[in-house]
Amino acid sequence: MSNAHLLLPRLARILEIKELTPREKLFTLQLEDGKPLGHSPGQFVEVSVFGVGECPISICSSPTRGDYFQLCVRAVGQVTNALHRLKPGSMVGIRGPYGKGFPLEVMRGQDVLIAAGGLGMAPLRSLAQYIKDRRDEFGEVTVLYGAKEPGELLFKDELDEIQSVGECLLTVDKADESWKGHVGVITTLCPQVSVDPTRTIAVTVGPPIMYRFILQEFKKMGIPDDRIYLSLERRMKCGVGKCGHCQINGIYVCREGPVFNYAQIKDFPEAL
Amino acid sequence: MPIMILGKEKVPQFVEGLLRDYQVIGPRKKDGFYLFGPVSKPEEIALEYPIALYPPRKFFLPAKEPVLRFRLGEKPEVEPVVEPPTPKVLFGLHPCDLHSTRLLDAAFLKENPDANYETRRRNAIFVGIDCLAPCDEYAFCKDMGTLDPKGYYDLFLTDLGEAYAVEIGSGRGEELLRKYSAAREATKAEQSKLEEVRKDRDKNFPSRLKFDASKLPEILWSRFNSPYWGELAKRCMGCGSCTLVCSTCYCHDVLDRVELNLTEGERIRVWDSCLLDEFAKVAGGLNFRPSLEQRLRHRFYRKGKYLWDLLGLPGCVGCGRCTRHCLAKINPIEVFNDVYQEYSQA
Repeated sequence: MSNAHLLLPRLARILEIKELTPREKLFTLQLEDGKPLGHSPGQFVEVSVFGVGECPISICSSPTRGDYFQLCVRAVGQVTNALHRLKPGSMVGIRGPYGKGFPLEVMRGQDVLIAAGGLGMAPLRSLAQYIKDRRDEFGEVTVLYGAKEPGELLFKDELDEIQSVGECLLTVDKADESWKGHVGVITTLCPQVSVDPTRTIAVTVGPPIMYRFILQEFKKMGIPDDRIYLSLERRMKCGVGKCGHCQINGIYVCREGPVFNYAQIKDFPEAL
Repeated sequence: MPIMILGKEKVPQFVEGLLRDYQVIGPRKKDGFYLFGPVSKPEEIALEYPIALYPPRKFFLPAKEPVLRFRLGEKPEVEPVVEPPTPKVLFGLHPCDLHSTRLLDAAFLKENPDANYETRRRNAIFVGIDCLAPCDEYAFCKDMGTLDPKGYYDLFLTDLGEAYAVEIGSGRGEELLRKYSAAREATKAEQSKLEEVRKDRDKNFPSRLKFDASKLPEILWSRFNSPYWGELAKRCMGCGSCTLVCSTCYCHDVLDRVELNLTEGERIRVWDSCLLDEFAKVAGGLNFRPSLEQRLRHRFYRKGKYLWDLLGLPGCVGCGRCTRHCLAKINPIEVFNDVYQEYSQA
């Protein structure tokens, strides 16, 4: 017999809410029992606002940071808009962590190239924090981060922290007067990057359109497909491999992803 | 386990016995159709029926069921809803419907078992009944390897004319038979008769698939990018009727419903359909299967490949319900054969 009800969330309290952009807020949460979430960077949770519903959100803090966890949430659907209306002290439901995160075991001792597009920075922040906290376990780290406009860059006040881990190159598709940095889509940063493809693991999270182009750049750099990992967004409704909404061909993203090895999914026509 | 014999005249007495201790679900005639539903008298069961309009899956996965109940507030109170078990006997399931339950069991009981499904399933006893001829021109169970129930029953009846041969598939079935029926062991002659009936049965079912069904996953996978799916989608109306009546479809959505007092509510699990536009859409509007062609293809691949790969069982049991209910009469046997044609010419 199953011990726990698959769809029963644990309660978590919102400790802090920080507005990152007009669309994105950073929620700091703690499970009611005070226990750590027990996640790995790249995994996701199902977040409940009771009375509204439940949706999958990737975890954007590292498990090395203590008993709390953070979610960077864009107000884009019913549940995420409801989350944005909550105040610190409110309680939500949490199921998970679910899925497979970034391959920390594979990455240990290797150089790491991170390419984040837009909200893709959220799960990759978890990884960057993890690497920072266990810095001697990893080699050289390079971070590429692109957003549509300067106002959409997330975690701007944490860029120093990322710089302390490794080189961090920023770009925006469209500049405004405040922006003095690089302008262009994320792939235009790639000529500035030199990596040793034989000892680099490339990790990328961004919108589907970005994958098509960044994967070509990784190829130009000579990084083999099986050393590339990417996280795929789908509608992970149940998180436990039952409801069918997140399927890519025969793969349940909630169970076998959201982080996939590129070599393993490139032949699945529905993946990219 | 010996084969038993139950005279047809003794079936009502058997059902009456069951009704004392179980909810009995059986095929009942209504408006010219047959529907599975609870019976209160033995004569309500129409044991010799062609096929039930809907499969038995709703008894394990209701179209809509509460899974959580919550009370809103500063600290929400949340509790799971697992209904108290009702011991049931599903009386008169055809082999295709036994096989579809076998698939649902694999999906809901193996990894991450589902408490609600598990409670219902553990309290259900299956009395199957053999099909001696195809229910109509839409059935293709023999092609999918689901005409033989392969032991997936507690008891299994085969019509021998005056009486039913009863095969016992489990200890629960044996107990049921012993406790509630006047079945006796089959004689040698009756055992030979059962074998004969089985041979005749197999002859009555034509082979309609042009290849061995076990090759279906491979054949489908090789034709994923075929223009065939686009052509087929021109006939499909995307209504989702096929998934509604499918005996192995189990995709679902989970929704919150709040009472009018705005303080209480429940989270419900409802059937969903991969044919519908919203199915693979994420918040923000991105749809990972925006075209009907993609959605229709997904359905066929789920039946003919994905579930097979995932659970080791055919995702389609050949019951033919999807075609019977399809306004465009899209027929899996024709689809599979068409794709095979392309595969063998490629």
